[in-house]
Amino acid sequence: MSELKQELKEKIIEQLNLEDVAVDEIQDNDLLFGEGLGLDSIDALELIVMLDKDYGIKLADPKEGRKIFESVQTMAAYIEANRSR
Amino acid sequence: MKKPVYIQSVGSVSAQKTFDSSSFLEDIITYNDTTVRVIDPNYKEYIPPAAARRMAKGIKMSTVSAKNALTEADLEEREVDAIIVGTGLGCIGDSEKFVKDIIDNDEQFLTPTRFIQSSHNTVAGQIALGMGCKGHNFTYVHSSISLESSLLDAKLQLEEDEAQTILVGAVDELVDHHVNTHHLIGHIKKEPTETFNVLKSQTKGAIFSEGAHFFVLSNKKKAGSYAELLGIKTFNTLQIEEVENEILQFLNENILDPEEIDLLLLGNNGDVEFDTYYQTLNEGTFVSHSKAYFKHLSGEYDTANGFGFWLANKILKEGVVPSAVLRDNHEITSPKTILIYNQYRGENHSLLLLRKC
Amino acid sequence: MGRGVAITGMGIISAIGNNVQENLRSLTSNKIGISKITQIKTIHEDEIMVGEIEDTNPVLEKKLGIEANQWSRTVLIGSIAAKEALESAEITDINEVSTGFISGTTVGGMDKSEQYFYDYEKNPGIRQHITGLHAGDSTNKIAKYLGLEKGFVTTISTACSSAANAIMLGARMIKSGQLDRVIVGGTDSLSKFTINGFKTLMILSDTYSTPFDDNRKGLNLGEAAAYLVLESDAMVQKKQKKVLGYVKGYGNANDAYHQTASSENGDGAVLAMQKALKVAGLLPESIDYLNAHGTATPNNDLSEGRALLRIFKDGVPEFSSTKSFTGHTLAAAGGVEAVYSVLALQNNLIFPNLNFQTPMKEFDLTPITETKEKPLQTVLSNSFGFGGNCSTLIFSKEA
Repeated sequence: MSELKQELKEKIIEQLNLEDVAVDEIQDNDLLFGEGLGLDSIDALELIVMLDKDYGIKLADPKEGRKIFESVQTMAAYIEANRSR
Repeated sequence: MKKPVYIQSVGSVSAQKTFDSSSFLEDIITYNDTTVRVIDPNYKEYIPPAAARRMAKGIKMSTVSAKNALTEADLEEREVDAIIVGTGLGCIGDSEKFVKDIIDNDEQFLTPTRFIQSSHNTVAGQIALGMGCKGHNFTYVHSSISLESSLLDAKLQLEEDEAQTILVGAVDELVDHHVNTHHLIGHIKKEPTETFNVLKSQTKGAIFSEGAHFFVLSNKKKAGSYAELLGIKTFNTLQIEEVENEILQFLNENILDPEEIDLLLLGNNGDVEFDTYYQTLNEGTFVSHSKAYFKHLSGEYDTANGFGFWLANKILKEGVVPSAVLRDNHEITSPKTILIYNQYRGENHSLLLLRKC
Repeated sequence: MGRGVAITGMGIISAIGNNVQENLRSLTSNKIGISKITQIKTIHEDEIMVGEIEDTNPVLEKKLGIEANQWSRTVLIGSIAAKEALESAEITDINEVSTGFISGTTVGGMDKSEQYFYDYEKNPGIRQHITGLHAGDSTNKIAKYLGLEKGFVTTISTACSSAANAIMLGARMIKSGQLDRVIVGGTDSLSKFTINGFKTLMILSDTYSTPFDDNRKGLNLGEAAAYLVLESDAMVQKKQKKVLGYVKGYGNANDAYHQTASSENGDGAVLAMQKALKVAGLLPESIDYLNAHGTATPNNDLSEGRALLRIFKDGVPEFSSTKSFTGHTLAAAGGVEAVYSVLALQNNLIFPNLNFQTPMKEFDLTPITETKEKPLQTVLSNSFGFGGNCSTLIFSKEA
C-alpha cells in the first residue's frame, strides 16, 4: 500500500504537470482538490484515464471520481480493492 | 459620428527580442535555417506554475504579450471591455499530439487537456478566464488575415462606442508535423537561408516561424498612444494587376492621396513565386515611395503581420525606422503615415493604414 | 440609429435533411436524425449515437460537381448549404455589390488530417489536404465555390458558438454599412478528433440525448452546415427582395468561469441574452419562442436553465432544444438553429424538444415536447461554447 501511494504521488505530479510540487510535499491524507493541492475537474478526468490505463479500472460517471480522488489515501484504497492490472 | 481608434500599447514575442521594449530592433538575431522559433521570454516571471502547467506554448507566448500590452497601457484588467484573438492554427501543437494519440493508441486512454487546448479559441478563453473579463470574446481563424479580422472587429466596436478598450492579439506556434508536411509541399524553403538573404533568396517557399503579438486598442487618445488606426481592408482573392488599383481605392476611401503615405510596409517573405504581388509596387504610382520589410526578421506564419503591425506602431511612436527593415540604404525619418500590405501565397490580402498621433 | 438587417436567403444540410424544406418536414414530423455512426470507423461505435448527414463524400462531390477527394467533408457540406442560401436569396451575381462570407468552424479539414496524418510522406496524391487543416482554408474554398472575389471573407472559431458569432459579425457589418450583403453561418463535419475529444470530457450520451430532462446523460454529436444571407435595407429596397425575417438582436459575452464548463448560474449566458435584448430594443416578455442551446449535458442544461430563470423570471417563454433532432453540430449549431428560428417565424410553429420526460429537480422548467402552432413575432436562440463563449441571437418577423 505505501509503495502504491508513493507511485500515485509520482504519477499525479507527472500526469498533471505539477512542476513545482515534490513527492514528499503531498501527505497521504491531503485533499487533492480545492483547498488542498488545488486540482480541478479537468484533472479529475485525467485521473480517470490513469485509473483505466494503469490499473484497469473503468469509471462510467465522472461523479464517481469525487470520493475516490479525495486524497492519495482514498485513491490507493480504491485501487487496491478494484484493480485488474 | 464614428470615433477614432488608437493603438495604446503593444506586446510581442517573436524571433527577435521584441518582448523587451527597451530597445527597438537594434540588436538583430540572425538565423540560417528553414524554420525559426521565438526567443522565449522567462515565462515563469509572467505565469505562476499552477496556471502554466496545462498551457500550450501558444498560450504562454500570448500571456506574456498580453500582459506586456496591458502593463504598458497602464490598465486595470477590469477596464478591458473585449478580447479578440486571431490565429491561423491555434495551439496546433496540442491538436497534433491529440491526433497522434488517437491513432497511436487506437482511440484509447486519451486525456482531455490536449483536446481542450486544441480548441482554436482557447487563447482568448484562457486570457478572459485569467482576467475575469466577461465581455465580447471572439477568435478569428482565417489564415493570414486572422489578426486583420480581429482588428476590424475591434475597430467596428470602438468606432460605434460599443466598447472603449479592447485587447486584440494574434498567435501561432511552430510545430513539427506542420513543418514536415509543409516541407513536402514546398511551402517552406528547401535550403537554410541567412536572415538578411531571405528577401533576395530567389527560391521558392518561406522561412516558417511563430510569434504572439498583442495590442490594446481604445477610442480615447492618451499621452502614450502609438498611432491611429485609420483603415483596414481584406480581400479573399486579388490578381497581381489589381493590387495597385485596390490600394488606390482603399486610400481614396480613407480620404488620403498616395503622396501622403510616407512608408509602405510590405509582407515579402522571400518566396520567389509570390513576392511578385509586392513587386508591382516598384512601378506605377508607388515607384518612389519608401518601402520597408519585416518577414526576414520575423519569419512567416499566419499571424506574421502581427510583427508588421507591431513594427509600424513602434516606427510611428519612436519616429525611427530601424535600418534592419530597409533594403536599399536610403534613410527615412519620422514617417507620419504607414500603409501595410500583406498576403500569403496569393490569397488573403490585407491593407492596414496607420497614422502618427 | 442602426439599420435593419434582413434575412433574404438560407440553406442547410443536417442529419434531418439535405435542404431547408427537408429539415422543416423532419422538424414537423418528429423525424429524428440520430443513429449509430456509419461513416467513420471508431472503437466507440457501440457507445455513442450521432447525427450524421446521410450523403457520403462521393455523393456530395457528385452533387457539387467536383473531383473526388479534393476537399474536406466540412467544405463539401458547407458548399451545399451556402449554395442553397444564395439560390434562395435569388442571387445570381455574387460580386455585383460589396459582399462578405463569414463562416464558423471548429474542425475545418480535420477529418482529412486525421485520416492521412502518417501518410503524407509516402503518398503525394493526398497532399492537397495538408493546407486543408487551416480552418480558414475551408472557408476560402467555399467562397471560391460560390464565385466570391475580392470579398471580405473570414472564419470564426469560438467552439460551439462559432456560427452564431459569424451571424453576429455579419449583422454588425451590414448595420455599420461596411457590407451590402453577407453570407453567414457555419460548417462542421464529424471527425474522430471531436468524437474522442468529447469522449475524454465524458459528456457523450450512449443513447438519444434528452435535453432538459432530469435523467439526461450527455450530448449526441452531429454534423451540419447552415448559412443565412443577410442584406441591408437599401439592398432589399433596390432589389425588391422578399424578406424571410430580420436579425434583430445579438449579444456575446464570456462566462470567464472554466475552460470547458459553464458557471453554476450561467453568468455568461445571462449577459449574452441581456445584450441581445438591449440591441433589439425588446423586453424579455416580448420573446415568443426560445431555441435553447440545450446540449443535454448535465452542466449545460442546468446552467442555461438557471440563466433563463434569471432573465425571464416566472415568464420563461416556450422553449425547446432542437439538438434532440440533429445532435450537437458544434460550430454549425448556431447556423442550424438560426435557420430553424426563421422557419419557426415563417410557419408560426414551435418545434419540439424530443425525448423529454422528467423535469429537472433543480427548477420547474418544461420544454415544448410537441410541435405547436402559435403566432410568433420574435425568436431568441442561444449558442454557448468552450472557453466560456456565450452568444445570443434574436430573430424577428418585422424589422
